[in-house]
Amino acid sequence: MKDNPILRVATKILFAPTIVYGLYVQFHGDYGPGGGFQAGVIVAAAFVLHGLIFGIASTKKVAPPYIVNTLMAVGVLVYGGVGVASMLLGGLYLDYNVLATKPATGQHIGIILVEFGVGLTVASTVLALFYTFAGFDETRQKKMEPPHV
Amino acid sequence: MTVLIIDIVLVSCMMAVALMVATNRRLFSVVVMTGAYSFISAAMFVNLDAVDVAFTEAAVGAGFTTVLYLAAMTCLPREEGRGKSLIAMPLLVCVLTGTLLLWAVVYLPPLGDAAAPAHLHVAPRYLAESDAVLHIPNVVTTVLASYRGFDTLGETIVIFTAGLGVLLILTGTSLKANKTNPKINPKINQGRKP
Repeated sequence: MKDNPILRVATKILFAPTIVYGLYVQFHGDYGPGGGFQAGVIVAAAFVLHGLIFGIASTKKVAPPYIVNTLMAVGVLVYGGVGVASMLLGGLYLDYNVLATKPATGQHIGIILVEFGVGLTVASTVLALFYTFAGFDETRQKKMEPPHV
Repeated sequence: MTVLIIDIVLVSCMMAVALMVATNRRLFSVVVMTGAYSFISAAMFVNLDAVDVAFTEAAVGAGFTTVLYLAAMTCLPREEGRGKSLIAMPLLVCVLTGTLLLWAVVYLPPLGDAAAPAHLHVAPRYLAESDAVLHIPNVVTTVLASYRGFDTLGETIVIFTAGLGVLLILTGTSLKANKTNPKINPKINQGRKP
């Protein structure tokens, strides 16, 4: 697929708008359909498309696996951290009301942060899965030739 | 009425695709048709006004899962092997499960019934509070991230654990084994045809 000019150009045009759309779905989730889960998959889809057309090696330069693997944990930590922060501010675990002076504002802040954590984990997990599955054959053949025929 | 007609069309498309998946032996076609199946179910969710679910189904089911299957396919032969076992037992299990599910459908409340038990417990409070008190119009987001924040935390951890498991099984183990035995790694070849 690497040599098809139509696919290459289409991917170059689509890559950035897909990520922007993912961010829109992420942060507009309070008002329209969407949220962390969907946004995470959409952002990851941009990178998966990039990997399919330009090869996984070049995608790994854009999003290195160690960063992707770290972000998987960072997302969960952001989510859990919001809970701890609300506890430190005198509320219960994941009680967003105490995050701001007005409970409604606190809920907004809490929901946006929590959804951001979900989005981070989903996007990086999807990308990590893609790296692992799509790169499985390559790594196997590179590291242990002959591949036990 | 339109909803019903669209539903019938979609369900017939779904059944046609499912039959094609069951009869086809070329793995590539099967993978692509599984994606189509997911896309049809996404359309059904839109028809049911569950846009958030449709979103997820289209992105994960039709998009990403297809890519994952295609990636996994590179390690498999092109065609499905012909099974030699009897189909009587699987057929019996399928028919039995189908009958039980159809039997259960009879007891379900009608679609959109406001008096259904699921809509009487906490849902009225969520619907009343979400926009008026919290000023968040999308109730799905409020329920997901605020009222049911613990569930979503659990779900996020499940996704994290799944990713961790795949990384450990497919990369961690092989790296470790490669260090000790660079020529042949028996663990990675298990379950694969020579």
